[in-house]
Amino acid sequence: MKYLYYPGCSLEGTAMEYDISTRALFDVLGIELVEIDGWTCCGASAAEAQSELLSIALPARSLAIAESMGTSIGDILVPCSACYLNLRRAAEETRKDPDLLARVNQVLEPEGLKLQGQKRVRHLLDVLSNDIGAMGLAEHIHTTMARYLVAPYYGCQCLRPYVVFDDPEAPTSMEPLILATGAGVHGWHMATKCCGASLMNIKPEVAQKMVAAILSGARGADAIVTVCPMCQVNLEGYQGRISRSAHRDLHLPILYLPQFLGLAMGIDRRALSLEMNLSNLSAFF
Amino acid sequence: MLSATGSPTVYPEEKAEDLLGPLQEKLCACIQCGTCTASCRNAHLMDFTPRRLWRLVLMGQTEEIFHSKTFALCSACYYCTLRCPRGLPLTDAMNLLKQLGAKKDVAGYRPNARFYGSFLDSVRRHGRINEVEFMRRYFILMKNPAIPIKFTPLGIRLLRKKKISMLPNKRKPEYPLDQFFQRVEKLENQQ
Repeated sequence: MKYLYYPGCSLEGTAMEYDISTRALFDVLGIELVEIDGWTCCGASAAEAQSELLSIALPARSLAIAESMGTSIGDILVPCSACYLNLRRAAEETRKDPDLLARVNQVLEPEGLKLQGQKRVRHLLDVLSNDIGAMGLAEHIHTTMARYLVAPYYGCQCLRPYVVFDDPEAPTSMEPLILATGAGVHGWHMATKCCGASLMNIKPEVAQKMVAAILSGARGADAIVTVCPMCQVNLEGYQGRISRSAHRDLHLPILYLPQFLGLAMGIDRRALSLEMNLSNLSAFF
Repeated sequence: MLSATGSPTVYPEEKAEDLLGPLQEKLCACIQCGTCTASCRNAHLMDFTPRRLWRLVLMGQTEEIFHSKTFALCSACYYCTLRCPRGLPLTDAMNLLKQLGAKKDVAGYRPNARFYGSFLDSVRRHGRINEVEFMRRYFILMKNPAIPIKFTPLGIRLLRKKKISMLPNKRKPEYPLDQFFQRVEKLENQQ
């Protein structure tokens, strides 16, 4: 089995441990990830706030390159939820609107690219839960994680607005994967509540309150697992400041899902880049 | 277009229908039920709730809309879009207001517009975001030393983890998109 792989900009920078652990996990699973040649930024939440055409054309560029790499490799796998949504939106909107597709292709044509709509865009969590599944993981699990209670955090953009692989209000796709490691699942109501996304940079006082509510909801759990670099940095980057404003200790380990699954699969901690996380992961060393 | 006090002026050269027309088309089936407001994590911070904002859009109340903080507080969680009983693309509507707010250089939206503008400048130059360059550009545009000071603790931790670097990374591949952006701009202006 092979996937086309779109890491996205965060995974080359502040979220490099998400890239490293995803690759390590798929290596053990025996699944090849073929990086899209010369992919470029998906536009994040910036393009859609500046120009409608740019917000479709930017991700469409990487989709068109992916199509040019042939049909022998399957779907496009995307670990970042914002990249996933932007690529998916470009694919879905150009499929619905031939005029938009023509305009996008007008932008792409001078580079020798043409979008045809042949590729499916899949989130990492979708692939892990549907293509591999808890049963597929179970045979690779060597270390029980039974002493941990884990809070699955889904965030927004892998679930909404496109309802693809899970319930957008009450998702459960991470639970069988966590249970397969022997760990328990923390039941909570904050799993789909927004972390503030880029408001953390523009209006930090607003976003830090949003994160405080999420961290408070996870009290009792040993860790939160995430599937998005924006959620991850918002949940772990400001815990000291948030604890001081909330007048209580809200520090909590935050891991990317492939890091947590990788630990259960016996992958070396360095190969999962646990030392790169901003939250204190000493409970996992 | 701004008055000396930095607040947006009325746009006499543009009728509200011309400015808000595409948005009014998207929202004309709104029944004012308020599901969007009830679903919004940030509604309590907004001067106009999302429901009231949609009504203002349909009434063509340009002044009130661009004076309000509402669309600058949208974090694109898509709950309103998911739950709208009329199936209206409400997050996209917020994005359209963000685009207009940036184009009109509306005072209340300026920090957001500068943040996203700095981001896209970096993408235009390199094809992929250079996080240090982008934040540095944002700090310069904001001309407020308190902003970079707030980011310093996180910046130091990211530097220590070698996740960001103050030096340009010569080994990183570059995919300049200046001509790509120019083609998008040209096509958009033709409309």
